[in-house]
Amino acid sequence: MNRRVAVTGVGVICGIGQNLDLFRDNLMAGNSGIRPISSLDLGDIRFRNGAEVESYNPLQYFGPRETDFMDRFAQFAVIAAREAIQQAAIEWNEERRENTAIVTGSCVGGQSSEDAAFQDIYNLKRNRVHPLTIPRIMANAGASHISMEFGITGPAYTVSTACSSATHAIGQAFQMVRSGAAELAIAGGSEAPFSFGILKAWEAMRVVSQDTCRPFSKDRSGMILGEGAAMLVLEPLESAMARGATILGEVVGFGMSSDASHITQPSSEGAARAMRNAIRDAALNPEQVGYINAHGTGTLANDIAETKAIKLVFGKYSERLPVSSTKSVHGHALGAAGALEAAATILALRDGMLPPTANFREADPECALDLIIGEARPAKAEFALSNSFAFGGLNAVLAFRSR
Amino acid sequence: MLDKLTERILATIAQAQRIPKEQVTLNSSFAELGIDSMDGVNILFALENEFDITIPDSEAKQIQGVREMVDGVIRLIGRKEEGAMPV
Repeated sequence: MNRRVAVTGVGVICGIGQNLDLFRDNLMAGNSGIRPISSLDLGDIRFRNGAEVESYNPLQYFGPRETDFMDRFAQFAVIAAREAIQQAAIEWNEERRENTAIVTGSCVGGQSSEDAAFQDIYNLKRNRVHPLTIPRIMANAGASHISMEFGITGPAYTVSTACSSATHAIGQAFQMVRSGAAELAIAGGSEAPFSFGILKAWEAMRVVSQDTCRPFSKDRSGMILGEGAAMLVLEPLESAMARGATILGEVVGFGMSSDASHITQPSSEGAARAMRNAIRDAALNPEQVGYINAHGTGTLANDIAETKAIKLVFGKYSERLPVSSTKSVHGHALGAAGALEAAATILALRDGMLPPTANFREADPECALDLIIGEARPAKAEFALSNSFAFGGLNAVLAFRSR
Repeated sequence: MLDKLTERILATIAQAQRIPKEQVTLNSSFAELGIDSMDGVNILFALENEFDITIPDSEAKQIQGVREMVDGVIRLIGRKEEGAMPV
């Protein structure tokens, strides 16, 4: 059985909007959500900017007792799932709940809860930590809280592959719906990495920009961390049409690979293999791909390696293949990144409007692609790729089709 | 009338469970208050912090209702104060 897989709901919360409409407006306008980090005291950390969910108040979404049990990253997962499920207009019954899968991505799990607990014992010399620390930090908490909120009793799990987590999660959910292992899937990723400890660790890697995120620009100086979540509702195209659901797009292919070379340095060959696998899985010719939402972190190494990979896969056609990195507006949300970018790619295909790379200033001969710069580009693309290339050399690429 | 210490223990339980103070009486069972095992450890943590005591696992496991919890906490506070007396 190989069924076509429709996207019937998308929910988003991130630095450029707390719902899909706001996300879309800021994405297409190239309005960056990168601002001075305000949710914690940065002390002597050398970088100051991030893409936080602005003025986030958990009590707008949850009761005080619920927030006791949920780290910020799990809250984001549930908020995005609520919007996606509402948009898909799912009517729940027992059979539906049993046949629905949940696959979430997260890189660092309940980071701020972990940081607070360790502060208590190491810094404040307390002899006990909050008893809900473990259920708050576990990386699967997002999937678990989504399942409890909606009473979903089918397969549910979490994938952790650093910056590719959400793309792997959506890919796995796609495969389950396509094969008949699930009749519906909620899939995406969530992340809330703004804790002092983890920011110090990022600082030590010297890959975070002290300025902003300028993907593919010659003067790029690194990535900018982001937070948030995006969740998709996936279901067989045929049953989505039968129940009269609004179809936002289709997932048509998923490709994976691993570099087997270096723990942080990206490999063009590995990235190219993942793109080729996604194109083959979707049964496309490379020339049918009309847009790539790049991994595009804005680090020196990624953007050069990704450019090479695109040229390896698309050859001469790469000169006419529009590419943008929306991390320039929503930041790099690690385990949520692939889900935010899947949402951006689905919107681009649906609206015939390709989102721009913001903050771009100067062409880099080593990143010579057909970059969408400054403002959105109207274009009726039928197929698009969304790239995710993780630290650890684990690559995942999704192929989408417009409706 | 309840003494001040008992009132403070009941208030700590109510706050940890996020329920109105009036609901928590000496005769309430955990089941009536909707307190499950995870809520229970959360309440123990709140009591330990509030009164600067350590509630041993062996004692904590026996407690099924508010009255036992209040008695236990008062006992532990008493032991702490005895221990702090100059010899």
